Amino acid sequence: MQHFTGITQVVGLAAAEDTTGQRLPILPLWGELIFGLIAFAILLWVVTKKVVPNLEKAYAERTAAIEGGMQQAEEAQQQAQAALEQYQAQLTEARAEAARIREEAREQGASIVAEMRGQAQAEATRITEAAQKQIEAERQQAIVSLRSEVGRLSTDLASRIVGESLHEETRQKGIVDRFLAELEAGQIQPEKVGAGATGENTHAQGELDLGTADGRDA
Amino acid sequence: MSLNVLGASILAAEGGEGSGFQAPTPAEFYQPLIGQGDWAITRPIVVLFISVALISWFLVATTRKAAIVPSKGQWVTEGIYGMVRNGLARDIIGSRDFLRFVPLLFALFTMILVNNLFGIIPPVQYPTMSRIGVPIALTLVVFVVYHAVGIRKNGFGGHIKHMIPPGLPKPIYVLIIPLELITYFITRPLTLALRLFGNMFAGHMLLLLFILGGEYMLIHGAFGLKIAGIGSFLLALVLTAFEGLIEFLQAYIFTLLAATYIAGSLADEH
Repeated sequence: MQHFTGITQVVGLAAAEDTTGQRLPILPLWGELIFGLIAFAILLWVVTKKVVPNLEKAYAERTAAIEGGMQQAEEAQQQAQAALEQYQAQLTEARAEAARIREEAREQGASIVAEMRGQAQAEATRITEAAQKQIEAERQQAIVSLRSEVGRLSTDLASRIVGESLHEETRQKGIVDRFLAELEAGQIQPEKVGAGATGENTHAQGELDLGTADGRDA
Repeated sequence: MSLNVLGASILAAEGGEGSGFQAPTPAEFYQPLIGQGDWAITRPIVVLFISVALISWFLVATTRKAAIVPSKGQWVTEGIYGMVRNGLARDIIGSRDFLRFVPLLFALFTMILVNNLFGIIPPVQYPTMSRIGVPIALTLVVFVVYHAVGIRKNGFGGHIKHMIPPGLPKPIYVLIIPLELITYFITRPLTLALRLFGNMFAGHMLLLLFILGGEYMLIHGAFGLKIAGIGSFLLALVLTAFEGLIEFLQAYIFTLLAATYIAGSLADEH
């Protein structure tokens, strides 16, 4: 009962004052609803006209910058690739060039060696020939001197056997020379030495024999 | 009027206890500054316009010279903008149509977020969204937009037809058609507005209760109650932090659902 009087009291009081506060909280005030709409409309206008376009522009610029950067990077990569290919081509070329030069050098070297060998051969031949000639000349000289020596020795021996000098007579009559010439011609065969040897050999052996005989006799 | 009486009776029942603790009532949220009744200029209206001015100033100031390399302010704005643009609009509406709804969703999100945060930020400490008129205003905008978009795309008949899932057995439609129409025209806007309002209203009420109760116990209570009062204040602190999380979450959910509804109206298939 007290409860109900309470209600009437409050209702009466509220009627005199502002009852809006006692309204259920899920019932809107028109003023708040309308001003809410207006406030939101203002914010929406600001956001649509002033904020979002700028932000979208920044977004687009950023995207463009990133894509531009990527494109630049791609270009740089392509350039690097081109440079690499160029270098490789140059390297291949250089290798081929080097191989060619090496080949040439080898050929040139071979020809030089061949030439040098020919020259050396010729030189060697020349030197050999000269040496042979010199030897021959010295041999001739030796033969000549030996012949005169042999003649003198044999004459000496003969003189000692005979007892007087035969040198004058021998010189006058050319006995020794004739004998030697005959010996060389092969008309006379040395008696101590075995027959069959002729020519130079015979002559050489004769000389040898004469020498040994001389030595033995002496 | 009967509803008014009901509200008054609640008040009376609590007020009738005598000189004890006066628990906060829904009436506390009605704070007219100029005039009274439906068209009074109330505190939430003033807060609302302050928030719009603040948001507009901040957004314009940080994006007026929007550059590729952002400044600190632009970075903050872009973080929020990117979340709404890419995380909500693009992912939900799809990359083909999302761009024209980005301003709407961004404005919704920033407005709700700032007004919710006003609930715990001194010196305002008044969540505008706890006045049902404001969430209804925002919901009206969303409601109109998602129907307008659907009607523009499919025509009026097409839009209505679009709401009904095709390929069901005929008898089912007797049930489905009213259900879907109720969903699109009543449930969706109602829940959208009430969810935001309810969370802000209840959260603020809870904070009020803990703080006013704590204050009362601390001043008028015995020794034991004084300790309880301190506990009440501590709990109010914790709840304030929790409230901050809820305030962000509600702004996000409202924007998310708005995007979902728009996406539903734009979808090619049901």
